[in-house]
Amino acid sequence: MIALSRTLRKDRVEGFLERLLDEWEVIAPVRKGGLVILGKIDSARHVVLEYGNTKESPKFALFPQRETLFGYRAEKGKVELNVPRAKEKGQVLFGIRPCDARGLLLLDRVFGGDCSDPYYEEKRAKTLVVTLGCVNPNPACFCRSTGGGPCAPEGSDLFFLDLGERYLVEAASEKGAALLEEAAFEEADEAVLALGEKIKTETWASMKPPALKEDLKEQLERLFDDPAWRDLAETCLGCGICTYLCPTCHCFDLCDEGAGRGGERIRVWDSCQFPLFTQQASGFNPRPTVKERFRQRIMHKFSYLPETQGMLGCVGCGRCITECPVNLDIREVIRSLSEGNVR
Amino acid sequence: MKNPYVPFPMRIEEIIVETEDGNIKTFELSFAGRDEGERFIYTPGQFAEISVFGKGEAPFGMASTPSRPGRLAFSVSRIGVVTQALHQMEKGDVVGVRGPLGHGYPLETFKGKNLVLIGGGFGFSTLRSLTNFILHDSNRKDYGDLTVIYGARNPGLLLYKKDLEGWRERGDLRLHLTVDKGENGWQGHVGFVPDVARDAAPNPENAYAVVCGPPAMIHFTLPVLKDLGFGDENIFLSLEMRMKCGIGKCGRCNVGGKYICSDGPVFSKSELSRLTGEGHG
Repeated sequence: MIALSRTLRKDRVEGFLERLLDEWEVIAPVRKGGLVILGKIDSARHVVLEYGNTKESPKFALFPQRETLFGYRAEKGKVELNVPRAKEKGQVLFGIRPCDARGLLLLDRVFGGDCSDPYYEEKRAKTLVVTLGCVNPNPACFCRSTGGGPCAPEGSDLFFLDLGERYLVEAASEKGAALLEEAAFEEADEAVLALGEKIKTETWASMKPPALKEDLKEQLERLFDDPAWRDLAETCLGCGICTYLCPTCHCFDLCDEGAGRGGERIRVWDSCQFPLFTQQASGFNPRPTVKERFRQRIMHKFSYLPETQGMLGCVGCGRCITECPVNLDIREVIRSLSEGNVR
Repeated sequence: MKNPYVPFPMRIEEIIVETEDGNIKTFELSFAGRDEGERFIYTPGQFAEISVFGKGEAPFGMASTPSRPGRLAFSVSRIGVVTQALHQMEKGDVVGVRGPLGHGYPLETFKGKNLVLIGGGFGFSTLRSLTNFILHDSNRKDYGDLTVIYGARNPGLLLYKKDLEGWRERGDLRLHLTVDKGENGWQGHVGFVPDVARDAAPNPENAYAVVCGPPAMIHFTLPVLKDLGFGDENIFLSLEMRMKCGIGKCGRCNVGGKYICSDGPVFSKSELSRLTGEGHG
C-alpha cells in the first residue's frame, strides 16, 4: 500500500472526533481523578492527548474484564441457552500508544488461529485503531527492546504524530486511509514529512537500544531449573497487578453466575500469578509457590509465546514496572537472566 | 462463526456407581439432537467439558468408545464443585457438553502394532475407551497383540467391573489386574503397576505402550518401559492440568510451548522430553 499522509490542525481534532462519534463508539484517553485512563467518551471535549501512557491497556475493549458468554435457564430435564447479540456499532480506540497497538497484534494471534474466539473476533472486526506516536517516552518504556518502537505503526489503522501546532497523520491500513478522506485533513508537504521523520528518528535514538539477546528463548529454556528464579522472585507478592495491566496478558477463567435455575456463564480475567490458577481439585498444584508462578509469567512472555505465536508476549509498555508494589523491574529480570549472572 | 464456548445439552440415561466408596460414578449420556451425535466424532483419549449449569464446567476424558455411537460415558470422581454437583444429579437430568476436545491416542500409528495399555486408578477411563475400541469386531484385526495392565489401590476401587469380566473371557486380550492392597477376599494379584508391567509387557519390537494414571505410577513405570527397550517415540501418555477453555486460549494448562488441552492431552514421551516446564512426569 502507498503510504498516505495528511496533517490535522490541533484545533480540528475535536471536530474530527465529533464526526467519529456519529458513527462509532469512541474509547479515548480521559482524566479521572489524577489519572489518565481509557474510557468511552460521549463528547470530544474531554479527550486528553498529552500524556505518557494510560493507566490500563486497551485490551478491555476487545477482551472485557467480565464478559457474558451465554445466559442459561435450566429446568428439570431441559436447558435453554442464549448467546447475547454482538453490538452493532463499531468502536474506535483513539489515541492509544504504539506499544498497546502492538499488544493487540498478539491478542489477535491468541484469539484467532484454528479455533477462533467469536466474542473477540466480532469486536475486532469492528474496531479501528488510531495510535498516537510517542515523542516523550516514559522512563519505564522499553518498546524498542521488544520489537516495536515509539513511533511504530504496527497494529494501527491511523497513526498520529505530534508536530506542535498540528499532527502528522499517516494511514497504516486501508481502513485508516478511508478516514483520511475527511475535509479536515490537509496536505502534508515535504517539509512536514521531513519534520515527522526527524522527530521519529530522534525519539527512537532517545530510547535505550535493544537489550534482548537473540538467543533469549533458548537461554531461558536452559535456565528453567536454575536456582536464580528463587532470588528473582523473592520480593514478588504474587498480587497479579502486572498481568491485569499488561496489554498482552490474556489468561481467563470461565464461571457461572446465577441464582436458582437461571444465570450466566461469564469469562473473567485471571492471572497465572494466583495459586488457584493451576491448583487441581485434588489439591495438587504444579506451580505451588511464587517462584514457579513468577517463572511462568516470564517464560510465557519471552519463550513460549515466541514459539507458539511468533511474537514476544511483551511490548515494552512499562506498566508492570511502574505499578509493581515492590518495584520489580522486568527489564532487570531479563537482563540478569540473559547475562546468566543472577546472583 | 461456530461458538466453541457454547455446550449442547445431553441427557443422563444411566448412572453407574463404580467404586465401593461411591466416589466414582460413570454417567451415560445421550444426545438430545441427532445432529449433535453425528457431529461428535472422537477418538479414545479425547475429552469434553461437562457443564452443570450454575456450578461451571470441568474436563473429563471419554470413557465410552466411538465404536458405540449415540452415547457418551464419563467417569467422574467426586472431588470439586462441579463433580459434587454431578454426583447429585439423577437419571433424566440434563448437563451441557462441549467437545470433543484435544487430541486422542494415535490410532493410525498403532495399527498393525502390539500394544500394552498401562493404567492406574481413575486414569484408566480413556484406556477403557481405547480397549473397547480395539476390541470392536470392525477394528480388532487392525491391531496386533493387546495387553492391558490395570491397577487400583484396592479391589473396591477397580472401575468397569463388567467390562473387566468380559475382557477376561476373551482370547484376544491379555488382562493383568493388580491392587496395591488385597482385601475383601481378593484372589488376584497384589503389587504395584510398574512391577506388573516389568513381567507382563510384550517385547518392545513392533510395540507401543500407553500410560495413563497418577503421577507416582507414571514416574515409576517409565523407567521400567525404558529398561524393557521401549523408545521414547513408542510410549504415549495422557497428561492432566487444570483446564477451563479446552481450546488453547485461557492459558491455564500451558506447559512450555504447549497447551495440554489443545496440543494434548496425549503426548509421546519424546514430545514431552523436549518440553520445558512443570506438570508432567
